[in-house]
Amino acid sequence: MNDAVLRVEGLRVLYDHPVGEVRAVDDVSFSLRPHERFGLAGESGSGKSTMALAILRLIRPPGRIDGGDVWLDDTRLSSLSDDAMRKLRLAGIALVPQGSMNALNPVLRIRAQIADALGDHGTLLSRRETDAHVRDLLGHVGLPPDVADMYPHELSGGMKQRACIAIAICLRPKVIIADEPTSALDVVVQRQVMATLARVQEELGAAVVLVGHDMGLMAQFVDRLGVMYAGRLVEVAPIGEIITSPKHPYTQMLIASLPSLERKGMMQGIPGLAPLLRDLPPGCAFHPRCPLAVARCRAERPELRAVAAGAQAACHLA
Amino acid sequence: MTVLLEARHVTRTYGGGLLDRDSTVALEDFSLAIDSDRPSVTAIVGESGSGKTTLARLLLGLVAPTSGQVLYQGRDLHDLSGTERRAFRRDIQAIFQDPYGVYNPFYRVDHVLTTPVAKFRLARTKAAARGLIEDALRAVGLRPEEILGRYPHQLSGGQRQRVMVARALLLRPHLIVADEPVSMVDASLRATILGSLRQLNQERGISIIYITHDLATAYQVADNIIVLYRASVAEAGDVELVVKAPNHPYTQLLIASIPQVSLERNWLSEPAAGHQEGQGVGGCKFVSRCPVAMAVCQQSKPPLFRTELRRVVACHQYASGGSQPEAMASVFASE
Repeated sequence: MNDAVLRVEGLRVLYDHPVGEVRAVDDVSFSLRPHERFGLAGESGSGKSTMALAILRLIRPPGRIDGGDVWLDDTRLSSLSDDAMRKLRLAGIALVPQGSMNALNPVLRIRAQIADALGDHGTLLSRRETDAHVRDLLGHVGLPPDVADMYPHELSGGMKQRACIAIAICLRPKVIIADEPTSALDVVVQRQVMATLARVQEELGAAVVLVGHDMGLMAQFVDRLGVMYAGRLVEVAPIGEIITSPKHPYTQMLIASLPSLERKGMMQGIPGLAPLLRDLPPGCAFHPRCPLAVARCRAERPELRAVAAGAQAACHLA
Repeated sequence: MTVLLEARHVTRTYGGGLLDRDSTVALEDFSLAIDSDRPSVTAIVGESGSGKTTLARLLLGLVAPTSGQVLYQGRDLHDLSGTERRAFRRDIQAIFQDPYGVYNPFYRVDHVLTTPVAKFRLARTKAAARGLIEDALRAVGLRPEEILGRYPHQLSGGQRQRVMVARALLLRPHLIVADEPVSMVDASLRATILGSLRQLNQERGISIIYITHDLATAYQVADNIIVLYRASVAEAGDVELVVKAPNHPYTQLLIASIPQVSLERNWLSEPAAGHQEGQGVGGCKFVSRCPVAMAVCQQSKPPLFRTELRRVVACHQYASGGSQPEAMASVFASE
């Protein structure tokens, strides 16, 4: 897998907690090919957002990265100084954080916020060049040029989200990590923003990691999907495989829990609750909720292994 | 037919006092009747700003209409006597969006269940009260021993929301108004909570008004659906008709915008309709985004046209059916 643009190898994130350490991300590995759209799906608390932050070394105390490596091409991110890592964010890997519409500075015009990002990464441009660049970026994300002179409160939710995408692509990153970029938007606007993200990604030739819980969105957007449960990847496969023949019972139930517009009465919840990370059950973390669990599942934790061409699952029964 | 709760040409505006000439219309000329003899599940669907929460608050008597009336058993909510108001407060229950904000973190969960029992004198003894509470919790699929005596932070969001359903159930209401009850709950738990709402409707004869932005869950739980677009009804009727073959261009856009778990990947490539700019003053509110807009759409606001026995649509394309201003209530009443 040397053609991978991003490689995550055995990444672990711990949070210090009064009762002991809590493992939010446990031994997660995956890689991303150039131009690929990879999805990370899971319920709240499954560790998917922590993953996104850990890739960028943005975990703050009481959390810490406890092991593993992230490679961007031939650069090992853990070997970089804080300053070099800071430069690499946005330029190499850009993050569109969750609720990022609220990440815009309310007292700065959009132009200033984009110029700030450019200037901070050592792109020295004249005023006129900056204006041209900003106009160009806004055009890329489908916003009219006069948005540059507006403040965030003058923009709708969808427009703010596009402005955030404009900032994310201003240094032509190789990887864009989008953490639930449309969770606060209405469906019509969500579709427009995701179409914008897809188009921009293709123009840039970047790879995208889409973090989210909406399997419908994943089915329509990503090429390959990783499903997380209790901090671990439990299934990774091309999206078509996941939809037609999910291997892990959790993935099967996640898909079955979606309301369909085709047939009534198809929607089924997953019984039980997601486990507490500080108190994980022995063996497979999913076994208390799994209808197929056997004795082995209660005793031995299944490792992620190849179960079909290009597909991996962490289940004794797969 | 006895009408339990009715909204009659209700309009609610915000702002627009002496100094502020721009008032915002949150809900415009809305009519709906909930029959007390035939329990139903009615979904109200709309994007943010469409007026769906305003509608919930109007139906619950939490805000007063600017014009029009909300009637409980034929009496204007405004004119209810003390006893009648008490009966209304018991008969119509609410479940809100945020299962975190409704609890006081200093009280045990029991507090939200024992308060209504005491307030409405539902039980004579402590043991009877406990019995009622345990029955209500079991009815929504919770084990009382896992819930009672705990503090809110010890329960998951899904459990907390189900306790709210149990609380509503305690009072044996005829109608539950649920405003986005699952939007803050994980997808895997949504089905369970919506399932318990559906069950209350079928087994206990409680009518439900389910307010949501999510058309797919609306389709799963509701018999009838009302699609709101910017404070007005765009389309309403039998949920099978509206979802399977939407008539209004907005409903069509809404359904096409939902990403489906399917191998057909055309969601990103299909052209999405234009921007939300333009107000369509005087005409149809959807005209600036409508792919089939006609001249008449710029000039006059479409009334509700009946396109089928159990469907009305506010769109000039269906004008041949003749205008039926009171059609909404009758659409749901006819089988």
